[in-house]
Amino acid sequence: MAQDDNGGTEITPAASSAVDHRPGDAGTAVIVQDAVENPGFPPHRARITDKDPRKQRRAERTIYTLFYLSIVGSIWAIAAYIAFPIESGKISDLRISTLAIGLGMTLALLAIGFGAVHWAKALMVDKEGIDIRHPVQGTDETRERAVEIFQEADAESGFGRRTLIRNSLIGALVAFPLPAIVLFRGLGPMNEDPVKLLSHTMWKKGMRLTRDPSGTPIRASDVTLGSVFHVIPEGLNDKEDALDQKAKAAVLLMRLEPKDLHPSPDRKSWAYDGIVAYSKICTHVGCPVALYEQQTHHLLCPCHQSQFDITHEARVIFGPANRPLPQLPIEVDADGYLVAQSDFHEPVGPSFWERH
Amino acid sequence: MTATTAAETTAKKRSFTAAASNYIDERTSISGVVKEFGRKIFPDHWSFLLGEIALYSFIVILITGTFLTFFFQASQAEVIYHGSWVPLKGIQMSAAMNSTLNISFDIRGGLLVRQIHHWAALLFVASIGLHMLRIFFTGAFRKPRELNWVIGFTLFVLAMAEGFTGYSLPDDLLSGNGLRIIDGLIKGIPVVGTWISFLLFGGEFPGTAIVGRLYTLHILLLPALVVAFIALHLVFVVVHKHTQYAGPGRTQQNVSGFPILPVYAAKAGGFFFIVFGVVALMASLFTINPIWLYGPYDPSPVSAGTQPDWYIGFADGMLRLIPPHWEFVWLDRTWSWNIIVPVLILVVFLVVVAIYPFVEAWVTGDKREHHILDRPRNQATRTAIGAAGVTFYGTMWAAASSDLIATHFKLTMEGVIHTLQFTLILGPIVAYFITKRICIALQKKDRSVALHGYESGRIVKLPGGEFIEVHEQLDEYERWRLVSYDTYQPLMLRPNSRGKITFVNRLRAGMSRWLFEDRLEPITKGEIESGHGHH
Amino acid sequence: MRETKQKNARKRKAGRRHPLATVALIVIGLGLTGGAYATFNATGSSADATTSSASDVTAGKQLFQANCASCHGIEAQGTDAAPSLIGVGAAAVDFQVGTGRMPMAMSGPQAEQKPAQFSQKETDQLAAYVASLGPGPSIPLRDVTDGNGDAAKGAELFRVNCAMCHNVAGAGGALTEGKYAPPLTGVTGKHIYEAMVTGPQNMPVFNDRNITPEGKRDIITYLQFIQANPSPGGFELGSLGPVAEGLFIWIFGLGSIVALTVWITAKSN
Repeated sequence: MAQDDNGGTEITPAASSAVDHRPGDAGTAVIVQDAVENPGFPPHRARITDKDPRKQRRAERTIYTLFYLSIVGSIWAIAAYIAFPIESGKISDLRISTLAIGLGMTLALLAIGFGAVHWAKALMVDKEGIDIRHPVQGTDETRERAVEIFQEADAESGFGRRTLIRNSLIGALVAFPLPAIVLFRGLGPMNEDPVKLLSHTMWKKGMRLTRDPSGTPIRASDVTLGSVFHVIPEGLNDKEDALDQKAKAAVLLMRLEPKDLHPSPDRKSWAYDGIVAYSKICTHVGCPVALYEQQTHHLLCPCHQSQFDITHEARVIFGPANRPLPQLPIEVDADGYLVAQSDFHEPVGPSFWERH
Repeated sequence: MTATTAAETTAKKRSFTAAASNYIDERTSISGVVKEFGRKIFPDHWSFLLGEIALYSFIVILITGTFLTFFFQASQAEVIYHGSWVPLKGIQMSAAMNSTLNISFDIRGGLLVRQIHHWAALLFVASIGLHMLRIFFTGAFRKPRELNWVIGFTLFVLAMAEGFTGYSLPDDLLSGNGLRIIDGLIKGIPVVGTWISFLLFGGEFPGTAIVGRLYTLHILLLPALVVAFIALHLVFVVVHKHTQYAGPGRTQQNVSGFPILPVYAAKAGGFFFIVFGVVALMASLFTINPIWLYGPYDPSPVSAGTQPDWYIGFADGMLRLIPPHWEFVWLDRTWSWNIIVPVLILVVFLVVVAIYPFVEAWVTGDKREHHILDRPRNQATRTAIGAAGVTFYGTMWAAASSDLIATHFKLTMEGVIHTLQFTLILGPIVAYFITKRICIALQKKDRSVALHGYESGRIVKLPGGEFIEVHEQLDEYERWRLVSYDTYQPLMLRPNSRGKITFVNRLRAGMSRWLFEDRLEPITKGEIESGHGHH
Repeated sequence: MRETKQKNARKRKAGRRHPLATVALIVIGLGLTGGAYATFNATGSSADATTSSASDVTAGKQLFQANCASCHGIEAQGTDAAPSLIGVGAAAVDFQVGTGRMPMAMSGPQAEQKPAQFSQKETDQLAAYVASLGPGPSIPLRDVTDGNGDAAKGAELFRVNCAMCHNVAGAGGALTEGKYAPPLTGVTGKHIYEAMVTGPQNMPVFNDRNITPEGKRDIITYLQFIQANPSPGGFELGSLGPVAEGLFIWIFGLGSIVALTVWITAKSN
């Protein structure tokens, strides 16, 4: 940069010989011998503000008016801040406050912007200049000197010669950040294993199915045909880590005609009179698969459109998911409430490497 | 004010300015900088301001973001909301969500600043994207600017990371489901996925650590990197001097335009205020990210139309385009190809974008510096590759709103997804060939106009009774724009010194043929002279 | 409601992978009604039946036979084209006819909302007739649809039970195979209530044991709150979330700024 000769050199016609001065191999570029010549810069064209003093004065007026308008905008924004309180809590007040302050600021900003640009375009001297480019690389002397410096440094330190010192240093430099990486193990709790955590939810035998978010238990008779209940395990709301548990244990409860269900032999007892419970957590990447179509009995995930067929054990019929939603085996307790027979028989939610 | 007093004031001012300048120069040697840069020339073209939009929106983001940090609490501690938004009163939520609602509803101007911040963030990434397209299609990435392309690419990735971390901070339902998707995505990564997720979230999803961690990234680490890379990016712009479009008088050895002081400074400075003003206008008029409707994050609910901000859309869309059942258990481990494949596609796509300049430089073998920009039509194959890339990206992006496309155009979502799956593969190919043909046709038109002039629309009857249209000749300045461009010959495959043709040579020759087989020879002086003679 | 069930089932036959489901659907369509609402009614319907006179029933029967019987059968027993209406209740009729979904203009993925074909009086008469055929949910009373409940509780219930289909702002959303959950803007509290208790088309039923009448009232309150209060941030861009915002920033935000760059760099006259 230092050797650049900037400074608004007057425009002169370029060397019309069109000879390429650039250093370096042109590769497969076509070099045309009989190339068309660069005609040089076209003649300067004067602006109307250069020719007509009245237009110039008008441009001046426009520009300072814009700057004054900007001041008006700033004052307006400040005044709006004071004049439109939002403490009433009324939404319309907040709307007016936001709008008024915002429009004031907009005026303040845009007026400066338009004014400055207009000034540059209409009034500032309209004289194009040229800078001469130099190759980005340093001059030959500079480059030679740089090489020399490295060689001298190498000779003076013995970096290349004393290989044992050099290599042991490299080893040390490679090793020293390792403890820092190990420290990051602390990002997750020490005494827990993610695979174990992912493999279980808080559901267990006899735990009641309750409504999300109230946590009230559900009787089998509450779940009429065509209904869908969003379910959480009993006692979830009192848990310290309620959200973590909910992220695994959320369940969708639906009632179908028992004859519409096609359970495999080992799952025949997992439903109660056409009432089935499936994990709400998508087996793709974990969104809540919450859209239930009561006529088609399809579940749809709104995030990536995986579709699951409840009549066939929530098998995947569309979308990027692979596995069916895990089913929660349910039964009815002595009081007529729906309860889980056990935890899910497989990990819920998205797949992970150690899952098998 | 009379003339004399005006003159006196100016004189007094000048003396003050001089004294101040002197004071500063004696302590900083700043006069050298002014001498060096004050009159530096910047070429004037609208497409050279796209990067500035990105720079200015980033400044707006920094200013508004700083304001927001004074009120935001990056904590997932549970609190009960007691603010002004009635439909959330008494609801349990994290302190992060609570404080974001307070910024929106209970701090005057807070909502405005939040909306400026978010709109500016969307603009930041969008303008980087548009800037990159301009660089690509005009070949501004060629030597000596390859490294600056990579720096700019890194900024693009950093901007997306900044955006996503910021989007997740309010801990609302929409962003929470976004994080859930990220968690699922990470878990699908072979070998390390489960542990990365476990460490990132500080245990199980969602945990209570993630907002605080993302906050540190969002306001400390990532902005520092962005600032550093922007500084580097701009240093290189100064070192290389700006490129310019072909034009009369412009050569590879000069750069013509306006000096920084005063014209360019006024235009660029004014442009900052214009960008800020437009963003402020949008923020005053249009709601963005209404977290008060989304509510606090809870793993059970979800909203229809759950989408990420636009710049993550291509990743989300790619996930949607995978057909069912791309996953199996092998060697007692789960291989989630429905995750791995889209991630690989995205990574490969981004890597191709990042290394394209080096590939093209290797194929052409051109070691010269390039400061005159290509017109996209004159590099037909490159432009066609770009169009294919844009189509590929656009398809992934469209897939992220498959459900909205379905409802708004009364289509089935299954049909939309299937169509986009085809488009993902066929679309880029079609776009490639169409673009290439259009470019070559435009080259032919340029050539014909340069040689024979353009059709004037004036029909003349010749004495013999023949009708001809009069062709208007170009002047030499207009013609220069059409005839000055670089072109390359396909590489001939020749055996090396040991008489062998290596695979690398074959690859290079093949790519060279692909890039440069279809081309028009540049016009020579002789052709123009004989062209003139024609009429 | 189930009016379109058989139609849908037949249409879907080609695309579906398991033929049994088609049979199952038709069986449900025919058999669901009576039994379902027997159970339903046993669990308690929300609002007390609005009293209807015998003359309403007679007038409704005449309207029914003139306008509905060609599909639903002369005694509303259902045909191949449309389900039985015995036991669907007055609420179902008031919703379907009152929102213009019935009579259907043409078959499609689902019955579309359109201007109502009958006056409220005629709709009431039709409802009275259908209600006389068998017990079903009745038209809700004003005190549960007036929107004077708790908006915060309603919003929470809405997010858990409704937002996944209808969107958190009630802007609607896509379902499978061209079906959709309609936007809730401009829908009256009464019709929202009726939709919840009757489960029209593919919408699940939310009986009073699932969401109590007070809960439903809270949901209506929330929906009316967000409609009555314009967004504090300004125009809502359709409440469609980040997609609308992304399109807006590209087309209008970046578009207008790029237009300005052209002005900035254009040579002054």
